[in-house]
Amino acid sequence: MSSGPGLESLVDQTISVITNDGRNIVGVLKGFDQATNIILDESHERVFSTKEGVQQLVLGLYIIRGDNISIVGELDADLDSTVDWSNMKAYPLKPVIH
Amino acid sequence: MLFFSYFKELVGREVTVELKNDLAIRGTLHSVDQYLNIKLENTRVVDQEKYPHMLSVRNCFIRGSVVRYVQLPPEGVDVELLHDATRREARGG
Repeated sequence: MSSGPGLESLVDQTISVITNDGRNIVGVLKGFDQATNIILDESHERVFSTKEGVQQLVLGLYIIRGDNISIVGELDADLDSTVDWSNMKAYPLKPVIH
Repeated sequence: MLFFSYFKELVGREVTVELKNDLAIRGTLHSVDQYLNIKLENTRVVDQEKYPHMLSVRNCFIRGSVVRYVQLPPEGVDVELLHDATRREARGG
């Protein structure tokens, strides 16, 4: 199947991944396969909480198994720079319940 | 294969995808594949106050396995046609 929503167009771009356990990992997409397994470079996690603003945890090079991925979003850098993450308080996302 | 074909017909329409983590994302359907993975454009999360996590994302890929519902535009559904097609598929041809 050649057409369809592949991730080709996002390679070498900064993406925001939401995992099934509700984590949000931001990094540069380096590779992916049929099963949505992905390789992320220079990645960091954005930890949301209601007590304090978003914390950034440096993770580095990551491989995320496709089974554990909910959303792969294309991060708009301009838009992202307008958001004041350090003062953003929110509940962490709920885990996926199949 | 039926719903894959069906969703392909809906490309370009505005849909709301509700996920199994209760997140609901609205956007224009860009593409679908055999796993019913969905790509949306011009996305916004339905309750952005509660879910600011995707504030800087405008285009996204949603894995088919985490989709709970896809809310369709009423004019995008021909119920009769879909009924007939599902019955035909259930009969095995």
